[in-house]
Amino acid sequence: MTHAIAETILSAHLRLRAISTHAFALLLAALLLLSVSTPTHADALDEAFVKLYADNFQQTEQAVAGIAASGAPHAAETLDALRDGRLFANADAKRILYKTTAGDAFDAMTGGKVDNLDGFKKVRINNGVRRALDAAMGALGVGAADPQRRIHAAHELFNNPNPTTLPIIDAQLAKEANADAKSALEEARAAIVAATPGAGNADALRAIEALAARGDKAAQNHIATLAAKRDDPAIRTAADAAIARIDRSLFLWGLAQNGWYGLSTASVLLLAAIGLAITFGVMGVINMAHGEMVMLGAYSTYAMQMLLPASMTNWSVPLALPLAFVVSAIAGVVIERFVVRYLYTRPLDTLLATWGVSLILQQAVRTLFGASNRQVYSPPFLSGAYHWGGLEITNNRLWIILLSGAVFAALLFVLHATSFGLQMRAVTQNRRMASAMGISTARVDMMAFALGSGVAGIAGVALSQIDNVSPNLGQGYIVDSFMVVVFGGVGNLWGAALGAVTLGLANKILEPLIGAVQGQIALLVFIILFIQKRPRGLFAQKGRAVES
Amino acid sequence: MNNALDRAGWIFVAIMALAAVLVPVAALGTPEGALVHMPSYLVQLLGKYLCYAILAIALDLVWGYCGILSLGHGAFFALGGYAMGMYLMRQIGARGVYANPLLPDFMVFLNWKALPIAWWGFNSFAYAMLMVVLVPGLLALGFGWFAFRSRVTGVYLSIITQAMTFALFKEFFRNDFGFGGNNGLTDFKDILGFPLQSDAVKAGLFCVTALFVNLSYLVSRAIVRSKYGKALIATRDAESRMRFLGYRVENIKLFAFVVSAVMAGVGGALYVPQVGIINPSEFAPGNSIEAAIWVAVGGRGTLVGAAIGAIAVNFGKTYFTGALPEYWLFALGALFVGVTLFFPAGLMGALSWRWKQRAPKETGT
Amino acid sequence: MSEENARLTSSLLYLDDVQVTFDGYRALRGLSLVLAPGEMRAIIGPNGAGKTTMMDVITGKTRPDVGEVYFEGRHDLTQLDEAEIATLGVGRKFQKPTVFENHTVHDNILLAAKAPRSVRATLRARPTPESGRAIERILERIRLTNVRDWRAGALSHGQKQWLEIGMLLAQDPKLLLVDEPVAGMTDSETAETAAMLKEIAREHSVVVVEHDMAFVRELDVKVTVLHEGAVLAEGSLDQVSADERVVEVYLGR
Ligand SMILES: Nc1ncnc2c1ncn2[C@@H]1O[C@H](COP(=O)(O)OP(=O)(O)O)[C@@H](O)[C@H]1O
Ligand SMILES: [Mg+2]
Repeated sequence: MTHAIAETILSAHLRLRAISTHAFALLLAALLLLSVSTPTHADALDEAFVKLYADNFQQTEQAVAGIAASGAPHAAETLDALRDGRLFANADAKRILYKTTAGDAFDAMTGGKVDNLDGFKKVRINNGVRRALDAAMGALGVGAADPQRRIHAAHELFNNPNPTTLPIIDAQLAKEANADAKSALEEARAAIVAATPGAGNADALRAIEALAARGDKAAQNHIATLAAKRDDPAIRTAADAAIARIDRSLFLWGLAQNGWYGLSTASVLLLAAIGLAITFGVMGVINMAHGEMVMLGAYSTYAMQMLLPASMTNWSVPLALPLAFVVSAIAGVVIERFVVRYLYTRPLDTLLATWGVSLILQQAVRTLFGASNRQVYSPPFLSGAYHWGGLEITNNRLWIILLSGAVFAALLFVLHATSFGLQMRAVTQNRRMASAMGISTARVDMMAFALGSGVAGIAGVALSQIDNVSPNLGQGYIVDSFMVVVFGGVGNLWGAALGAVTLGLANKILEPLIGAVQGQIALLVFIILFIQKRPRGLFAQKGRAVES
Repeated sequence: MNNALDRAGWIFVAIMALAAVLVPVAALGTPEGALVHMPSYLVQLLGKYLCYAILAIALDLVWGYCGILSLGHGAFFALGGYAMGMYLMRQIGARGVYANPLLPDFMVFLNWKALPIAWWGFNSFAYAMLMVVLVPGLLALGFGWFAFRSRVTGVYLSIITQAMTFALFKEFFRNDFGFGGNNGLTDFKDILGFPLQSDAVKAGLFCVTALFVNLSYLVSRAIVRSKYGKALIATRDAESRMRFLGYRVENIKLFAFVVSAVMAGVGGALYVPQVGIINPSEFAPGNSIEAAIWVAVGGRGTLVGAAIGAIAVNFGKTYFTGALPEYWLFALGALFVGVTLFFPAGLMGALSWRWKQRAPKETGT
Repeated sequence: MSEENARLTSSLLYLDDVQVTFDGYRALRGLSLVLAPGEMRAIIGPNGAGKTTMMDVITGKTRPDVGEVYFEGRHDLTQLDEAEIATLGVGRKFQKPTVFENHTVHDNILLAAKAPRSVRATLRARPTPESGRAIERILERIRLTNVRDWRAGALSHGQKQWLEIGMLLAQDPKLLLVDEPVAGMTDSETAETAAMLKEIAREHSVVVVEHDMAFVRELDVKVTVLHEGAVLAEGSLDQVSADERVVEVYLGR
C-alpha cells in the first residue's frame, strides 16, 4: 500500500522533471499573463531570493513559495534546480544561479548565461523544503497548457494543500475553461482553505460545498479539519451536513464495490461449479475429484508458462485455456471410464471412490510439482486496475467475469443448440427413457464428464491468477461448489448461475457486516436450512423419473 | 445379521475384553525390554485406534443400516473431544504458563477477563461427561430433525452433513469462538486427579476405551436386531414403502442418527486424553470421509467389520506415514477406489448373506 | 348440499372435484368418486388416465391443487401425510411390487403387521406366540409358508406381488388400494390373485386398478372408468362395456 503510494509520487516527480525545461517555458508564459495580483516579477522575486541567501531551511521554504507565486520567467527552472541541488547562491553578490542538467549555469533573475561560478554556494534543502517544492511545483503546473497536467497539479495540491499557492489557483480558476480542470482546481482550493485557519467564512462555505461534491474520504477529512478550527454555527452545520452526505455516498460506493466483489466471487464460483452441475445433473453422482480438475487446470497454466519461450510469456494464460480444458477433460474421461461408470447406481459409493481419486491426484501433483505454491505469471493485461468514482475494478477479476460469462454462454449453446446437448438434457431428465429412445447413455455420460471436467480446468486457469497454485487448490472450492449446485438445482445451467450469483453476492454483503468467516458460516447454515425447504434446489427438476 | 457374522462379533467382543486386561498387564506388569512388554506409546496408539473403532461403529449404524452416508460424523467425534478437552483444560488450573487459577492459558493470552459461559461447569467431570453426550446428541437431533423431515436423502444429505462439519471447522478456527482457535486445547495435566503422563493412566484409558468399544458394539447390535432395526433396514431399502405402512421414517432415522452421534462423541471424548490434544482440524471434511472408508473396508452393515476396518486402516496409516510417507495418500486413495469398485462388501461382508444375494442396485438413496 | 353431506358422512372414501397439475399437465381434472364402507371397486382406464395419481392423492403422496378428499367422512386426507393416512387405515399396493428385499418373507409381514409404529414401541417389541401365529396364518393365505425364511429379494415376481398383498393383510387396513396387481402374472397366478383379493374384500373395502379385463370380470364388482383425469362412466362391467364413449376411448371397437 505505502509502496504503491510512494511509487505514484515518484512517478509524478519523474514526469515533472522530464517535462522540465521546454515545457516549463510555455507554462511560464502562462504564469506571466496571470500575474495580476503581484506588483512586478522582479520585486517579488527579489523578496524571495533574499531569503535564499540566508541558507536557512525555514527561510528557503518561504522563498520557494515566493518564487512560485512571483510568476517570474525562470521560476520553474529555479525550483526544479533547487530540488535537484543545482541551485547556487552568492550572498555577497546577491545573485542566484541555476545549472541545467547539462551543467550550464544561468542567472535565475535574468536568465542570462553565467560563466564565473566563484563565490556561489549550493542551496541546501531538507524534507520541509522538499514538501514546499512539491506544492510550489504543483502550483506551477496549475497554469500548464495541457488540461490533463492542470488537473494533475490540482490533485497534487488537493493532497498536499499549501496556503501559499492560493493566489495562483484563484488566478487560474478565473480563466479556467475546462470543466474537469475547473472542478479539480475548486477542490484543491477548498483543501487549501480548509488547511488555512484564517480563511474567511464565505471561502469556508464554498470549500465545504466543493469538498462535498467531491465526496470521498479525503474530502471528508478536509471538511473535518476545516470545521475543527471554526466555531461559526453556519459553517459547522454545513460541514456536518456535508460529512453526512459524504458518508452516504461513500456507503453507496462501498455497496457498489462490494457488489463488484460479489460478482467477481460469483464468477469464480460459477466457473468452479458449473462443470459439477453438468456431471451431477447428467449422472446423478457427485464427483468429489471435481476440485482436482480445477487444480489440474491451474497447474496446466503453470506448465504452459514453463514450456513457452520467454518471448511468449504474455501468451501463457490465453494459451493455457485450451491446454487446461484438454488436460482436465482427459482426466475426467479416465475417471468416468474406469470408476464412475461402474458405480452409477450407487451414488454414495461414487462419492467415496471419486474422493479417493482426488487424494491420488493431489498426491501425484505434489510428487510431480512439489508441495509448495507455484508462481504463475500474470500478463500485463491481467494486472492493474481501473478506477471509476469510488470503485476499483481490477483487471484480473474483470477478465474472470468475462471468461465465466463466455463459458456460460458456450455451455448454453452446447446444451441447447447441439445434438449432443439435446441428448445430454434427455439423459438428465429421464435416463431410462433416453436410453430406450436409442441414445447411447454411456457415450453421453463420458462426454458430459469430459465437458464438466474440461470447464473445471478452465476455472483452474482463472484461479491461477487470483489464488495460490498448490495441490490443495481444489479443496478450497469443492464445498462452495456443492453449495452452488445444491442451491441452484441440479442439471440446470441457469440454476447454477443463479446459485453462484446469489451466494457470491450474499458472501460479500455479509462480509462487512459479520466478517468473512462468519459470513461463510452463515451461508452454509442458510443452505443447510434452505435445502430442507427446497430439497432439490431453486430450479428443481420435476417429474416421476426424478422422484423415484 | 446372520450367524457367521454374529459369531465374528462375539469373537471380537472377547478379544476386546481380553485386550482390556492384557494390554495394561503387558504395559505395567512386565519389565521394560521383556518380549511381552508393551511400551506406553504403543498403548496410546492402540487406544487411538479403538477410539476410531467406536466412531466407525457409530457411522456404520447410520450408513450401513440406514443408508445415511454422513460425511459429518467427524464433527460429532470432535465435539465430544472438545467437551472432554474443556474438562482437562480446566483441570490444569494454576499450573498453566500464566498460572491463572480460573482461565486457561489461551484466554489469558487473548486478554480475556472472565470465563465464557460455555466453559462454566467444565471443572466438574460429571458435567463434562454430560456434555460429551449432550452436545453431539443435540446437534444431531436438530440437524436430523430438519433434514429428515424435509426428506433430504442420498448425496444431498451427504453434502449437507459435509457442509455442517465444514462450518464447524471454520467456526472453531476463530479465536473469538472461545475454544482455543487454531491451536485448540492441549497441554493437559491430569484426569480425575491422575496424571495423564503416567503409564498407569495410559493403560487405564486403554482399558476403558476397549470396554467402550464393546459397549458401542453391543448397544448397536441390540438396536439392529430389534424390530426397530428391521424397520431401520427397511427404511434404507424402501423408504416410501415404509411411509405407506404408517412408519414415521423421519423418527426412525433421527433415532439412529442421534444414537450414532452420541456414540461418536464418546469416541472423541476417549480420544482426547490419549492423544493429548484436540484442535479444529478434527472437523476437517477429509477426516469424516476417511471414517467412511474404514467402514467400507471392514464391511458396511456389519458393525464388527466397521470396527475392524477402522483398526486395520489406521494401522496401515501409521505404517505408511512412518515408512513411506509419500505413498500414504496414494494408498488411501487407491483404497477408496478399490473397495468401492471391487470389494463393496468389505472384509466382513463375505460373512453376511445380505451381500451375496443382493441386487447390484443401491436402493433407498 | 345436505344430500352431498349425507353422501360424505356415509362414505368410506369421498373424492370431490379433485384436480392435480404437473408442470401444466392436468393429470386429474375434477375427479369425483364415492366408496361405501365394505365396497370393492374396480377402476379401469387407459394408460395415463390418472389412476395411479388418484391413489397418490388418497395416500398423501401428492397434494391436490383443488378438491376434497375425505376418509370415513371425517378425516381430511389433503391435510395429512403418508404415515398418518396409513395409520388411519389406508393400505396401498404399488404398481411395481415393493417389498423389503433384504428382509425375510417373515420379517416383511412382521413389519407390516398392525402394531404400534413408534421408535420406542419397535425397540421394545418382542415376538409373542400370538403375533407369530397371525403371521403364519397370513403366510399360509398368500401361499408363501415354505419360503418364509427366504430373502424377499429372492422371490419370483408373482410371489412378490403376493407378499405385498400379505403385507396389506397384516396391516389390516380399512381401505385397500391395489394398483395393477396382476400385471406380469401368468394366467394361473392371475386367477389365484383374484381369489385372494375377493377373500380380502370380504373384510375390507378395496379399490383395484387393473387393465386386465378378464381379471376385472372375475372380480365381478362395480367398475369406474377413468379417462383424462375424470370419471367417464360407472356401473357394472357389462354396463360400462356397453357405453359408447368407453368403447371409443378404452376398449376399442
Ligand atoms: N410426478 C409426476 N410428474 C409429472 N407428471 C406426472 C407425475 N405423475 C403422473 N404424471 C402424469 O400424469 C398422468 C397420469 O398418470 P398416472 O396416474 O400414472 O396414469 P395411470 O396410472 O392411469 O396410467 C400421466 O400423463 C403421467 O405422465
Ligand atoms: Mg398407473
